[in-house]
Amino acid sequence: MQNRIRPHSLRTVSFRWRRLTLGVCLMMLVFAGCAQPLRPGNRIIVWHWMTDCNDSFLKLAQQYRQETGVEVVVRLFAPSDSYAQMIIAAAQARALPDIYGILNTKVILADFIKAGLVADLTPEMNADHGAWASSLNDKALADKQFESGNSYGVKAGIYGVPMDITNEQMLYNKKILARAGILVPPATYEEFIKDTQILKRVGVTPFVSGWGELWLLDCFASNYAFNIMGEEKIFATYRGRVKYTDPDWIAVLSIFADLRDKGVLMDGIVTKGNKYAEQDFALERAAFAFNGSWCVNVYHDMNPDLDYGVMPLPPVSRAFPLKIWGGAGASFVVNAASPKRDQAVAFLKWLTAEKQQVLFARQTNNLPSNREALQEALAVVSPVLGKFSRGMDHSTHPSIWPVNEDPLVIEAFDKGIQSILIGDKTPLQVALEVQRIKDRQTAKGNH
Amino acid sequence: MTGPRSSPTYLKDAAAAVVKDRLQNFFFVLPALMIFGVFYLYPFLNMVFLSFHDWSGIGPMRFTGLENYRELAGDSLWWDSVGHAGYITLIALIFQNALAFALALACDRQIRMKRFYCIVFFIPPVLSEVVVGLIWNWILNPEMQAGVHIGLLNHLLFISGLPQMVHNWLGDPKTALTAIAVVHSWKGFGWGFVMLLAGLQTIDKQLYEAARVDGAGAWKILTGITIPVMMPVILAVMILTILGSMQVFILILSMVSQGLVNHTDVPVTRILSSMTGTDRFGYACAQAVLFGAILVFISFGVKKLSDMARQG
Repeated sequence: MQNRIRPHSLRTVSFRWRRLTLGVCLMMLVFAGCAQPLRPGNRIIVWHWMTDCNDSFLKLAQQYRQETGVEVVVRLFAPSDSYAQMIIAAAQARALPDIYGILNTKVILADFIKAGLVADLTPEMNADHGAWASSLNDKALADKQFESGNSYGVKAGIYGVPMDITNEQMLYNKKILARAGILVPPATYEEFIKDTQILKRVGVTPFVSGWGELWLLDCFASNYAFNIMGEEKIFATYRGRVKYTDPDWIAVLSIFADLRDKGVLMDGIVTKGNKYAEQDFALERAAFAFNGSWCVNVYHDMNPDLDYGVMPLPPVSRAFPLKIWGGAGASFVVNAASPKRDQAVAFLKWLTAEKQQVLFARQTNNLPSNREALQEALAVVSPVLGKFSRGMDHSTHPSIWPVNEDPLVIEAFDKGIQSILIGDKTPLQVALEVQRIKDRQTAKGNH
Repeated sequence: MTGPRSSPTYLKDAAAAVVKDRLQNFFFVLPALMIFGVFYLYPFLNMVFLSFHDWSGIGPMRFTGLENYRELAGDSLWWDSVGHAGYITLIALIFQNALAFALALACDRQIRMKRFYCIVFFIPPVLSEVVVGLIWNWILNPEMQAGVHIGLLNHLLFISGLPQMVHNWLGDPKTALTAIAVVHSWKGFGWGFVMLLAGLQTIDKQLYEAARVDGAGAWKILTGITIPVMMPVILAVMILTILGSMQVFILILSMVSQGLVNHTDVPVTRILSSMTGTDRFGYACAQAVLFGAILVFISFGVKKLSDMARQG
């Protein structure tokens, strides 16, 4: 009986084992495909998010290969929100490239450093009497720098290389203002409001900005906060020593109520992404805009004939100087765990040298981080960019502040401003709500 | 009992064959199990694990126990967002499914260009939510240029002699969520339409003829034959509508960017905000776990209703 069954059974088992072997091979193929590919010794990988700069990076990478024989693989991941999340996921999986950028707050940068994912570039920056560090814009460099005794608990040092610098200012359409009889752009907030009323009378929308994106709204509010109360009081608020219900903070919030009441803002500004706002200004649907220096490139692409100028936000007070939100535009860091650390540093040093930075500025209309290149680039690129570059003298940024506000408080503050803009809440109601959240976070020990 | 079948060698061989057989079967399902484990089970368990921690996404985690859930229970913005998702779902259940059912009924008849209509009705669902959001952003644009409304809807209202109805649809808290819900329903009705049409086509037409012979009118046929027979399909469409509508968020991001203050927040945008805006991965995971539980609860609730309806 067994003898009669065995041949068939053997055939079945043999067939099953063949299928099993095939299955295991397929599995091995699948999982081998998931493994990190082996890389040749002269190749470094860069991840970035700058869609407008990708072509320039590719050209520079090609040039670097010709000069040094080192292949630089440039990979673009956009939009920036997705990129930021991808970097965190890659960090968790310990799969970061040799060079990358961290778009999150300085707290997250500090976490990356403490996790051993970002190389300390201080020795390279300080070599040759600090030649590399001194060739770069100091405010841009400070973006990824930690002083000794910093509150983040990070060893003092320079951890990133700025590619360009940027700041956010007010833009005005020269043609529209001239048509409305406004020959000189406003120098104060009162003049600005007066001009907007003239513009309204001739049927022009006075102001647009991408305030559907909270960070841009936050820049605008912060600039006026510096103007109204000065940095010491702002930092004291962040430390919990001054309340958001202080009259100065109410004055900051009241600016938005004023802009709303006087009909200065474009309809739907609260839900407008910056891309749409840029389109509105480029297509001459608004006379004033609030945007960053990258807009030079954006406006040029959208409307090459756009005739516009740039100015700092018109100050509302003479008590303190109006600061401009700005600093490093894009910075790269080197993966501390990368076996190509030295090659990566050498590439970044080359990339931020004067010659490459001038080329980069010409191709992208961005302000280069290299000091010499900045001067050279300004002579050949847009004069608007020159004015943006002068704004760097008055710029400030949370990454260089001694203390930062809790993210939940910032969210409540920015959303509160949106509530004021749509008439949902008064400045006082927003201040009370922000202070409530501040108190809650302080009680939790998050500050 | 003493034959070859009960001999120790035979039993040993048989047991070995069974083990081998089971082992082989196990190896065959192993790839699927591994994929399920790596891409579904591990992320899910990790999410539950993270929900008990305070973590920024990188760096050390701090175990906080049920703290995230305690905070979530008192987070009014979160519960508002759940309410907003519920409102969108309600509009979708009524507006979207009623439209889908009406159009499916129309297309189930012998009408001209039936195939063309079927294709046209199925275009919105296959469009990307980002594209739909951008198109409707233009349609609902509240701006004016040189005295002309840029947005199509406001322009049509104006030239139709209804200037008093011109409105900032997405910028007004009273209309923003409804506008989003209507656009979501417009985008989603095609799925329901296809499913309902497929269901209608399975109904034996002789049932209709018999009913007509017995003197039943259109309404009687609809309520007495079509709806009862279609009930399982209708319930399936309802479950899919609820799950799809509760999780809508790309459309919202493309229509109102980061939202009209908190008036257009839904659970997924709150989760995103916790993750990307305030770097609170642990809290975001707690939100995700709770939201998942809500969806499971709703799904089982509708399933129960479906079973009861079938039995009834």
